[in-house]
Amino acid sequence: MRFSLTDIAKRNVLAVQEYSLLAWNSIANIFSSPRYVADTIQQADIIGVGSLPIVVLTGFFLGAVLALQSANSLARFGGLSFTGQLVSLSMVREIGPVLTGLMVAGRSATGMASELGSMQVTEQIDAMRALGTDPSKKLITPRVISTVIMLMMLTVISDLVSMAGGGVVAVFMLRLDGNQYWSTAWQSLGKGDIVMGLLKPFVFGFIISTIGCYYGISARGGTQGVGRATTQAMVSASVVMVISDLFITQLLLNFFPFS
Amino acid sequence: MDQKNDSHEPVIIFEAVSIGFDEKQVLNKLSFTLPHGETKVLFGEAGTGKTLVLKLALGLIKPDSGRITVLGHEVTAMKERDLFALRQRIGMVFQESALFDSLNVKDNVSFRLREERMPPDEITRRVDDALRFVELEHTVDMFPAELSGGMRRRVAIARAIVAEPELLLYDSPTAGLDPVTSTTIVELLVKQRDVYKTSALLVTHRLQDAFIMANHAFDRKQNKMIAVPPGWEWDAKTSFLVLKGGDKIFEGTAAEIANSDSPYIREYLTQ
Repeated sequence: MRFSLTDIAKRNVLAVQEYSLLAWNSIANIFSSPRYVADTIQQADIIGVGSLPIVVLTGFFLGAVLALQSANSLARFGGLSFTGQLVSLSMVREIGPVLTGLMVAGRSATGMASELGSMQVTEQIDAMRALGTDPSKKLITPRVISTVIMLMMLTVISDLVSMAGGGVVAVFMLRLDGNQYWSTAWQSLGKGDIVMGLLKPFVFGFIISTIGCYYGISARGGTQGVGRATTQAMVSASVVMVISDLFITQLLLNFFPFS
Repeated sequence: MDQKNDSHEPVIIFEAVSIGFDEKQVLNKLSFTLPHGETKVLFGEAGTGKTLVLKLALGLIKPDSGRITVLGHEVTAMKERDLFALRQRIGMVFQESALFDSLNVKDNVSFRLREERMPPDEITRRVDDALRFVELEHTVDMFPAELSGGMRRRVAIARAIVAEPELLLYDSPTAGLDPVTSTTIVELLVKQRDVYKTSALLVTHRLQDAFIMANHAFDRKQNKMIAVPPGWEWDAKTSFLVLKGGDKIFEGTAAEIANSDSPYIREYLTQ
């Protein structure tokens, strides 16, 4: 089957339109009944509790590596005592949200795409519509709400664990004073850092879940199509998330510049 | 949306409905009606748009042109969010059953009842009744993957009838099944038609299923399907509609299709 440039352009515009509608409906559904609270809690358990081990592990070791790398550079300028500050600011403002987002995208966006994709290609989504249930309310909104909430919580946990990882390196390998590490790490965090650290996972959670659901619900072509949708969901969610990170950071720097 | 359809009004009205995909016209100005209490059987080769007719009636797909009225509501003019309430009055059996594979049989059958926030005792009673109707009471805790193809179709029928719909849409419920299981499924359709008087649209490739539907009735005393003897007083009507290349080429009774002069229908009947 051959497609002209016009066909490709039309398809892409249609995809953007469908994604935008899905994203809009996922929010609008919150304000109309029926609301699927049990499904939302179940998804929060799958996304939040299920992602906890990988978020804790990657957060801890990344914090440790960050402390080790930054100490090496800081030592040249006699600023080894700033290790805690550097780890906490880097993690809370940037690495924590992005790292956690990538972990959850890898685990949950793919999970959503494959689950909804399998339902789509086996007519289960049509069956749900035929039974008088709105799949957007039953399947998408609970996943979006739970991903947004759980990603914020996971990011906070990742930030704390990574600071602990940095602390372990600082105390046992760099021979820094533990109290000094924690006090510089804690006191260096300002209101802007906290806002940035919590707003990013809010936006990232929305991007990850809506893109995962979109690729799932748009899956065509049997098991191969589901596999393709799963890969595309992971790639698109990660790329869009990192691009949006640039714009959020630039926007928030206007309100909360580095002091 | 909860008002009942006037029993004198047709349950389904298709008026000059056309739809095509990728520049191929699948349905070309199709018009037909399904009167209240009647079962209409849709025939046609693969790709003639039979399944599409069911999905159009449910509003799952919108036609390119034409008007579709179901249970007194013009589905072609309704928004998706308004269609959900109408669909709650219709039961649909999909060709591949389309059971929710992560839910067990009880949860599959009770899906709509739970959505309606029905009390748990009532849900259990209705699910038991529906599964007893399809003779699958013992599968209540099983998952779709643990059932045979025929059992999955019967669970799909139970799911479609559990909410006592006013209209049933069957998409090839006997496709790919052995003759014994097919007859069991057809008997269930006859039972639903004759016991509950539900209007239905049935898509099938199997002529014998359609003729069994037309020539058999469900005897409640014997609890089984029996051949209708000549001259027997019987109010259940079964009509036939044949599609070819997007056009309706026949609409009528079993006797009329059996005596049709159309070469295509004659060839179809003798295959």
